[in-house]
Amino acid sequence: MVRFILWRLLQAIPVIFVVITATFFLVRSAPGGPFDSEKAVLPEVKRALEAQYKLDLPLHEQYVAYLGDLSSGDLGPSFKYPGRSVNEILSSGLPVTAELGLYALTFALFVGVLAGVFAALKPNTRQDFIPMGMAMIGICMPSFLLGPLLVLVFGIYLDWLPIAGWGDLPGDKILPSITLGSAYAAYIARLSRAGMLEILSQDYIRTARAKGLPEWQVVTQHALRGGLIPVIAFLGPAFAGLLAGSFVVETIFQIPGLGRFYVQAAFNRDYTMILGTTVFLSTLIVFFNLISDVIAAWLNPRLRAQFKGGA
Amino acid sequence: MMRLFQSLVPASVLVVLLTACGSGESNVESGNREGYLHYGNGAEPQGLDPQVVTGVPENHIVRALFEGLAVKNPKTLEPEPGVAERWEISEDGTVYTFYINPKAKWSNGEAMTASDYVWSWNRALHPDTGSLYAYMLYPIINSEAYSKREITDFNEVGVKALDDQTLQVTLNAPTPYFLQLMDHYSSFAVHPETLLKHGKMTDRFTPWTRVGSIVSNGPFTLEEWSLNRRIIIKKSEHYWDRDNVALNGVYFYPTENVVSEERMFRAEQLHYTAVVPLDKIPDYRTRENSPYVQSPYLGTYYYLVNTDRPPVDNVLVRQALSYALDRDKLTRTVLQDTAIAAYSITPPDTLGYNPPKLFSYDPNKARDLLAEAGYPNGEGWPGLEIIYNTQEAHRKIAVAVQQMWKKELNIDITIANQEWKVYLNSVSQREFQVARRGWIGDYVDPNNFLDLFITDGGNNNTGYANDIYDEIILERAPKAKTREARYSLFTEAETMMMNDMPIIPIYTYTSKHLIHPSVEGIYPNLMDSLNLKYVTLHPGRRLDTESK
Repeated sequence: MVRFILWRLLQAIPVIFVVITATFFLVRSAPGGPFDSEKAVLPEVKRALEAQYKLDLPLHEQYVAYLGDLSSGDLGPSFKYPGRSVNEILSSGLPVTAELGLYALTFALFVGVLAGVFAALKPNTRQDFIPMGMAMIGICMPSFLLGPLLVLVFGIYLDWLPIAGWGDLPGDKILPSITLGSAYAAYIARLSRAGMLEILSQDYIRTARAKGLPEWQVVTQHALRGGLIPVIAFLGPAFAGLLAGSFVVETIFQIPGLGRFYVQAAFNRDYTMILGTTVFLSTLIVFFNLISDVIAAWLNPRLRAQFKGGA
Repeated sequence: MMRLFQSLVPASVLVVLLTACGSGESNVESGNREGYLHYGNGAEPQGLDPQVVTGVPENHIVRALFEGLAVKNPKTLEPEPGVAERWEISEDGTVYTFYINPKAKWSNGEAMTASDYVWSWNRALHPDTGSLYAYMLYPIINSEAYSKREITDFNEVGVKALDDQTLQVTLNAPTPYFLQLMDHYSSFAVHPETLLKHGKMTDRFTPWTRVGSIVSNGPFTLEEWSLNRRIIIKKSEHYWDRDNVALNGVYFYPTENVVSEERMFRAEQLHYTAVVPLDKIPDYRTRENSPYVQSPYLGTYYYLVNTDRPPVDNVLVRQALSYALDRDKLTRTVLQDTAIAAYSITPPDTLGYNPPKLFSYDPNKARDLLAEAGYPNGEGWPGLEIIYNTQEAHRKIAVAVQQMWKKELNIDITIANQEWKVYLNSVSQREFQVARRGWIGDYVDPNNFLDLFITDGGNNNTGYANDIYDEIILERAPKAKTREARYSLFTEAETMMMNDMPIIPIYTYTSKHLIHPSVEGIYPNLMDSLNLKYVTLHPGRRLDTESK
């Protein structure tokens, strides 16, 4: 197991290095620079700005300087927000995005697993079709549609919940979490249905039923553990996806998270900000993939045996 | 058991949802009670350093935290005393003497001095600072040379502190709009000791504008700055005119998404919105006591023509295109009456100046001109491309223009969108035939629009070059003795330029806001300039949500 983790960590290093290098040169090859604006920038001003941000150096020197700063954890100053470092912006946005992602994931797990399990209990009946139909709609419905719909119903017509903000008014975290989580809930529902269907047809479940255990005990104590393995494998990439992909929800609900900065940085050619966020998020994705692999291996008796045999 | 479980779960979800609700008081209600304005500010400001930032959201906050030597009257935009309690202008209009109000203080209680201005303007103009608005101070003698490193001694620049209270400024030439520039944030004073505590004078990155560090001199001080969430400012203890500041503070929200912003307004989470989504405007217009406020804005939307590329290198073609545009129809339909048809570059009534109207919608004339240019009924037309930066509103206009030109002139036009920085690059490299463009004035004066088209001007981009035009704008107009004489020179220049048609004007912008009925003291004006000092809140007034 330890060898497996170490090997995966080792593999991650070249991946992240390639991400850094590709992003560094790609953003600089995009037309337009960070200091272009609609009103012409005087040449002397542009020179001064480029000097302040070391953009007057040859490209390879900039690259080496960036790697040097990066190795000491310094992601550089933001171009768009003078006076703010990329580290500072990341650390202000990350807790918010992570909190939002966590709530969304909790919502997705709760609703998704319930729906999936119910559907699997009576396959090809109404109890299956209704939640699975809803899951299909959930997958298809983009958050830029679902968000405003929820706002309209719960925020404006019913006036139950605040429609924007994060931690400003009580209850303002509910709608964004549901909006972000619902697509994932739908995936989880389908995954857990498939997983449960497979497990419920196994011999040990028949044994449990034959012993006369009530159905809910069969499900919660015997079937769930095996049935949810596909869901666990999905959780790692899902959480990384929630962190990197919350841009739309953050914009709709005015949430001070990372997503808005990330997308804006690309439009602004905020080189250091694009790089910093990309490096950070790709590290996160690699890390969460690793964790979910480890958990899935640990949950799955067959894989666990393999590790024991190999180690 | 299973059945019970099945019905319990959805019920418990609902309960969890509902217990979190019933927030009760809206931002508007609590704000009215406590004297705090909730303000939709459009975007997260880049920063709050007056000599570094550019942009509208920054402007609103910086002008609440700082104050210039002179401020604009919120109704007339004429200059009024700010930090300077009075000023004298020499007979020839080139020497300004500002007398600083002895009551003017920094937010740490220290008195403001004339030398604070000398230091701050040195920073604004210094070549290492890289201030994008350095040119706002170029009317001052030797300032441009200093900014371009042609001279290095700031003492040669025409700014002197005669004593603590007296600031003398010497200009190159009479500059009738100079006092207006004193209300632009690039000319604001910053507190030298505070900046030096955090770095060099010319540093752009230091955190001196953070809560707890920043020292400012305006009616409000910085209370909280949560990145991308909100900025809170509070009434200043030391502001010289504190007794006339009604608000206790303001919450600024970075409302990037205009649709969300409008919903926040409807749910009374905001008193004021930065903009209004176009599709919501007809509905708001029909309401009684409508919160919708629209007024002309000092900006022009136009198409830039590259006068070196065929077929638009031919002035007859440019004129034909312009005559064939039905601007009234365009503003009425595509823009829902939120814009004013424009026939020249300077917006109407720019401090009393009205641009000449040299043409109107005339499809017959347009066809004649096109035939004269060698393309009768569009025959032999080589094609033409309009580029615009990716945005739905620009696309709609480009499509309408494309249709009008096809219908009236029988010519084919292609339209192409480009991502913002790509588009900026195309325009500055002049890689286009026709490009969408907008210009928003920095100060209310025709000069701000007309000096765009001087030969090789940084914002010209059309290739237009006219010696006589340059001479009027750069030499003769600044020396005109009276406003009338100056304006008649501007009319002469603008007439000449519009006959050559290096641009195809389309419309004059308007500013559009939703303002809660409990707010007073926000006056519509050309600059969309709001002085928060004058804003008052009146609890108990409700927002009408019903249409008539």
